[in-house]
Amino acid sequence: MTLPFSPAGTNAWAAAGMIAAIVLASTTGEVLTAGAMQSIGDLDEIRARAGLASAIRAVISSSKFLGGVFFLALAFFALLFALNHLALSLVAPASASLTLVTNAIAAKIFLKENVDHRRWTAAVLVCMGVYFLAH
Amino acid sequence: MAHHRLSPRQYLILGLVALCAPLGDTCLSRGMTSLPHLTLAHPASLLAAVFTPWIAVGIVLLIGFFASYLTALSWADLTFVLPATAFGNVIVALLARFWLHEPISVQRWIGIALITVGVSFVAQGPSLTERPAQEPTRADETAR
Repeated sequence: MTLPFSPAGTNAWAAAGMIAAIVLASTTGEVLTAGAMQSIGDLDEIRARAGLASAIRAVISSSKFLGGVFFLALAFFALLFALNHLALSLVAPASASLTLVTNAIAAKIFLKENVDHRRWTAAVLVCMGVYFLAH
Repeated sequence: MAHHRLSPRQYLILGLVALCAPLGDTCLSRGMTSLPHLTLAHPASLLAAVFTPWIAVGIVLLIGFFASYLTALSWADLTFVLPATAFGNVIVALLARFWLHEPISVQRWIGIALITVGVSFVAQGPSLTERPAQEPTRADETAR
């Protein structure tokens, strides 16, 4: 089975694998990054009190942030690879939307965010949206 | 969960988050589709692709996205900030259709519409989870 909107007629399972790799790396990176920013605090506030250099120093000295950047870089190269095989209008919305759902779950578990009914409804609508995008 | 009102500056940052990502992705797509097919057997060719013009511009836009994204994460929940990026899907679809001339079916437009509606649900809610006892943040330590 090939996808009609892939430049090289890429197999559907291969396409799913490429998108899954982006989503997994991206979710790990985003949760680590958000955790780091949560512990650092409001960057605008730091910049106002101690200057831009202090704000940058506070960010790049966080090991959690650096771990997040590593996984986001992995996601980036997975995205480049996928874009070489699949259409942008599939890869970008599918990976971004699935990441939204996996992030909602990860944010509730790891960041203890209050993911209320609005955010879960959004996750369901986004899943339906992804289904339509992929068919 | 308390309602944290966003300032105009914070809305501007969310706008940059939504705009820079799809523009960057579109530049990357333009650059990558013009290259010969890459395989995992030659990972160095992926690194070489970074220095081609479209991909370089895409990377600059994505750096702009990342800077505004980090700023937004410092005052809002991940589950609030991320949906802002989903608005970019509409921009991507429009760019893909009218700039890259990729065909977009009615079903895929419905998908994009559903995602947009989902995003609007999140946008109506609070931006930050209220935590009972905040530990001292690095912002406080830096200010001391």
